Amino acid sequence: MTLAESTVPKPMGTGPGDDFIAPETDVAPVDRFREYRRMWATFRRSHSSMAGLFIVILFLLIALIGPWIVPFPEDALGSIHLDRKLQPPNGIHWFGTDEVGMDIYTRVIIGARTTLWIGLTITGLAILIGVPLGLIAGVSNTWIRETIMRITDIFLSIPGLILAVAIVGALGPGILNAMIALSLVWWPGYVRLVQSKVLSVRNETYVEAARSIGASNFRIIFVHILPNCMSPIVVKASMDMGMAILAAASLGFLGLGAQPPYPEWGAMISIGRNYLPDWWWYSLFPGLAIYFTVLGFNLLGDGLRDVLDPKQRS
Amino acid sequence: MGQLIVRRLIFMIFMLIGLMAIVFAISNIAPGDPARLAAGPDATNEMVERLRVERGLDKPIVTRFAVYLSNLAAGDLGTSLHTRRAVVDDLARYFPATLELVLFSIAFAVLLGVPLGMAGAAFQNKIPDHSIRFLAVSGVALPMFWLGLMLQWYLSLELDLFPLGGRLGIMTPRPETVTGMLTVDSLLSGNFGTFQEAVWHLVLPSLALSLPALASIIRVNRAEMLETLNKDYILNARAQGIGPLRIVTAYALKNAILPTLAMIGLRFGWMLGGTVLVEGVFDYPGVGLYATKAAVSSDFDPIIAVTLVLGASFMLVNLLIDLTYALLDPRVRSQI
Repeated sequence: MTLAESTVPKPMGTGPGDDFIAPETDVAPVDRFREYRRMWATFRRSHSSMAGLFIVILFLLIALIGPWIVPFPEDALGSIHLDRKLQPPNGIHWFGTDEVGMDIYTRVIIGARTTLWIGLTITGLAILIGVPLGLIAGVSNTWIRETIMRITDIFLSIPGLILAVAIVGALGPGILNAMIALSLVWWPGYVRLVQSKVLSVRNETYVEAARSIGASNFRIIFVHILPNCMSPIVVKASMDMGMAILAAASLGFLGLGAQPPYPEWGAMISIGRNYLPDWWWYSLFPGLAIYFTVLGFNLLGDGLRDVLDPKQRS
Repeated sequence: MGQLIVRRLIFMIFMLIGLMAIVFAISNIAPGDPARLAAGPDATNEMVERLRVERGLDKPIVTRFAVYLSNLAAGDLGTSLHTRRAVVDDLARYFPATLELVLFSIAFAVLLGVPLGMAGAAFQNKIPDHSIRFLAVSGVALPMFWLGLMLQWYLSLELDLFPLGGRLGIMTPRPETVTGMLTVDSLLSGNFGTFQEAVWHLVLPSLALSLPALASIIRVNRAEMLETLNKDYILNARAQGIGPLRIVTAYALKNAILPTLAMIGLRFGWMLGGTVLVEGVFDYPGVGLYATKAAVSSDFDPIIAVTLVLGASFMLVNLLIDLTYALLDPRVRSQI
């Protein structure tokens, strides 16, 4: 990566460096703005990226205002109306009703908020654990790096969902424990990503230059190395949002995550499956909601990768 | 080569011990009293204490881990609380079923994914390519448990094309157990009716399980094909008047297949994880269903044993993939 490129992906975490007056910061704002515009133009050209962005924005909007737009707010956390149980989709109940007469449309909409919260927590915790460990492993040359990387390897040596099931088995079922379990299996990916990125930039000329003028390790890591790791982290985080949502719904489906009547899509499907085939709408709609949400984050992630990190394209 | 395999296998043992240590540590930080869970809700305090001593749960964690490892070396993985059998016997019964399911799914994903990826590259940016790419992006986003349910609903319950679940019909006689894989065992005993039925039971679960892998294989294969098709030697082949079909299958595929192989290794792990979901949907008696039942009832011995067995199979598959890689491509032989 050349010096000119290195000024590009610095959208976040550059705080401490702003007081440092160097030639690059004089021209950076203009260049950066132009750079963003160019990125947006590239992003906009791809239909699938735009579709992903649209789905994600719609999902965030629903998660944000869901409780105020649903027709039957009292059904969100569980209520019983046996007089209207298991009705097929109709004008009043768009997605039909479940076995105790709760409106499925309401619960799917409210479920968006649960899903967003789960996805953000898992991805956020994974980043908070994985990125610092990856930075440490990348800059240190001692047994510390070996320890971190070997533990990471062990975690990556088993399918994540199996380990998550094992951890929930030890902690006990529940939405909080499911989130803890998934965060615990999710961070190693970030360690690998950040560590390899650090290894590739830590001997670059601009890092060496900073070191030679006496910049501290702390400053080098946060001002020069971390900003260069930002784009792959952002891309991975977007992809992981979708995957984490899928994994959490899977645990909910298995009865290890959110417990009914909590409005979570996976848990809804796990009850709804007992009502197939006659009451198909019960499991159809929550599943579609999961599909579109995960699809949205994946497409957005693909689009971001093409713009931010074109070398990673497969 | 032999030395390399031995070194990798020894390394694998250390990795597995590490994996055990992590699961052990996590389960001990966890709140809750394993002795009380094991004794059941009606147990008196005295019974709980007796069980605690009996199972060695009063000892410190390091001692217990050492005891676990020495039992493991002797082939004892403990007892399952929910099946009330030795975990080793349970695994011997369930693991072949899961392996059969995963192998079927891999076959499905490769046999469909490679041609579809090739077709996508050959028809780049035309309608077949767009639909294939749509399949590829949907494949990783579809919750496989939900897809399984929908397939079950439509193809078994509505159209009655496939069995609802399980491995064989209730009335079908079981073939003598040799490998534990019903398709193989029924063929070995020459019972083609049972073979057919076993395959029939595998179609829907493997379809659901293979979809994410299918999607990634399409993606990788398509991208690699596109890259290879732009190479000079393809241009040369074209200039020599070799037909497009032969160029794609004989010239380009050879180079595109290696990354696909790496993807298969990666996806194998995902599939092992996916069995937890798909086996639950199709009531397919494998380790995934076993692990879920154990996790729901906090049944510790089976959980840790399943982690061990699936971790080991994942590592073995990766070793096999690396070796195949080395066999197929002399360029990587020196690197591993």
